[in-house]
Amino acid sequence: MLRLENVAKAFGGVIATDDVSLAFAPGSLSAIIGPNGAGKTTIFNLISGKLRPDSGRILFDGENIAGLDETEIVRRGIGRAFQVASIFPSLTVEESLMAAVQSHRRQTLRMAERFRHSNARQRAGEIIDMTGLGAVARDLSANLSHGDQKLLDIALALALEPRLLLLDEPTAGMGPEERWQMIERVRALWQAEHMTLVFIEHDMDIVFEIAQSIRVLCYGAVLAEGTAEEIRANPDVIEAYLGAPAEDAEVAP
Amino acid sequence: MRRSGPIRDMIFGLGVFVLLALLYVLVDDAFVHDIIIKTCIFSIFALSLNLLIGYLGLVAFGHAAFFAAGAYVFGLFMQSEYVGPDSAWAIPFGVLLAMVGSAVLAAAIGAICIRAKAIYFSFLTLAFQMILYSAILAAVPITGGDQGLMGGFPKPVFLGIDLAEASHMYMFCAALAIIAALIMRQVVESPFGYVLRMLRDNPDRAAFLGLKVKLYQWITFVLAGTLASLAGVLQSLLDIGAFPEWAFWAKSAEPLFMILLGGMQTFLGPVLGAFIFEVLNAVVTAHTRYYGLVLGAVILFFALGLRRGLGDYIWQLVSDRREASGRADA
Ligand SMILES: Nc1ncnc2c1ncn2[C@@H]1O[C@H](COP(=O)(O)OP(=O)(O)OP(=O)(O)O)[C@@H](O)[C@H]1O
Ligand SMILES: [Mg+2]
Repeated sequence: MLRLENVAKAFGGVIATDDVSLAFAPGSLSAIIGPNGAGKTTIFNLISGKLRPDSGRILFDGENIAGLDETEIVRRGIGRAFQVASIFPSLTVEESLMAAVQSHRRQTLRMAERFRHSNARQRAGEIIDMTGLGAVARDLSANLSHGDQKLLDIALALALEPRLLLLDEPTAGMGPEERWQMIERVRALWQAEHMTLVFIEHDMDIVFEIAQSIRVLCYGAVLAEGTAEEIRANPDVIEAYLGAPAEDAEVAP
Repeated sequence: MRRSGPIRDMIFGLGVFVLLALLYVLVDDAFVHDIIIKTCIFSIFALSLNLLIGYLGLVAFGHAAFFAAGAYVFGLFMQSEYVGPDSAWAIPFGVLLAMVGSAVLAAAIGAICIRAKAIYFSFLTLAFQMILYSAILAAVPITGGDQGLMGGFPKPVFLGIDLAEASHMYMFCAALAIIAALIMRQVVESPFGYVLRMLRDNPDRAAFLGLKVKLYQWITFVLAGTLASLAGVLQSLLDIGAFPEWAFWAKSAEPLFMILLGGMQTFLGPVLGAFIFEVLNAVVTAHTRYYGLVLGAVILFFALGLRRGLGDYIWQLVSDRREASGRADA
């Protein structure tokens, strides 16, 4: 479904992505882990079209999407949510999602209709139920709690019915209990929507529990990939990254 | 039953028109009529600029370019050999021509300006306005240079409307201002209008929802420029000519002041601002030469005292009260 071939990206002297080759199978649930500055977000930026790779190919459904702009890539079915929730502060949750649904349906050039009477409201309501934002549907996005803002960011991506969803640290900045709630929700969405999901995560317990397969990034390069068992046992990972028995390892976000 | 938005807005517009007509009949004072006419003209101008500033989040400094373009295209056409005292089609056609011409100009200028970000966008719009200003001054044989379009033009009667009559001119300006406001109201309450709010809040996120940011900015720029030209046309009809000051950068500051005075978050804020501005202008200039000083003081009061335009301030009061009473009911 998604394959990166020898992708590289440098910022001045900093090599953020160093000859990365990765593949994600259709319908899979994968995690990307790695220390701060390892280049995890950069990979998402390259896939989603926010950044253009210096070299290499990014194949989605067999077509090279490297260098296309973000709107084009979204239209092909890749949605994403951000490490710092990226939302529309002056719109309510419901309005934001209605607008996202309208964008997906290509209704946003319409000037003669009223937004409030749009049939997108129904679909927005479904997404609100799916993500559990019902209690705050009428609230301004700016007034939401941190966790709800992260959820809204994900919900916005879901409104586009993506086949591939990229979640950049969905649990960033949350307490332990909230983290598990969030990640269970993400897993439920993945199951319900039959999509391919890749998430970046710092909490090892979560990664080992949830992800079918794990990629470890370090200094922009892929250090290891495999199942939880394989990653736990990988000596490179233990040395370079975990540095301690995997059971208690948790890297500060 | 709750009426749907567009119908409610149209009833409101009709009500305003009736009120303005009543005002004309009941208050037989040219001074008052003049303030209303100017408020109507500048409401169109300020509302159109607020599409860019308040809804899209792009601060255009050169909006008067389109006001002037509308005025000059209209004035030149009305002075042309094609228009005689009996050309009933001339004024409607001239209005259309001026708006189409300004739309083309806005399409070209907008295509370049929206490539630039933030403050550079603002400066570019200003630069284009100054180019237009210089062109108007330089093209003396056509525009009359710094004299402006002199010599007047006929105002042929159309559909029973005789704009040489003060009362007809008053109603015409009121009607067009209300129609223009209704059009803009519809746009900002449409799916397209909500995209504008999204682009103001967070254009990067909007792009990841599949929205072509520049396309929406460009369309809005063209729309705003076209509507600003309608204000220019009315000003040209009022003054029977067109003058280069209308293309000078200071002219762009006027709708900006109105938006600041009236508020940019409430749809009708700029209309309120236009009214305050015109009243101040009329009253203060009648009594003192220090118009700029008074205007500056008033703007400081709104900016520092209320921290927003008057319209936004009132709207906030109303919604706070509604919320309070909602809580009391619950
Ligand atoms: N737009 C940019 N311009 C310059 N340098 C950048 C840019 N984006 C990322 N970098 C650099 O590239 C490296 C990788 O950054 P990236 O954000 O991908 O790391 P990350 O793995 O997501 O880290 P974190 O866990 O802190 O989110 C860092 O050294 C960062 O400073
Ligand atoms: Mg990151």
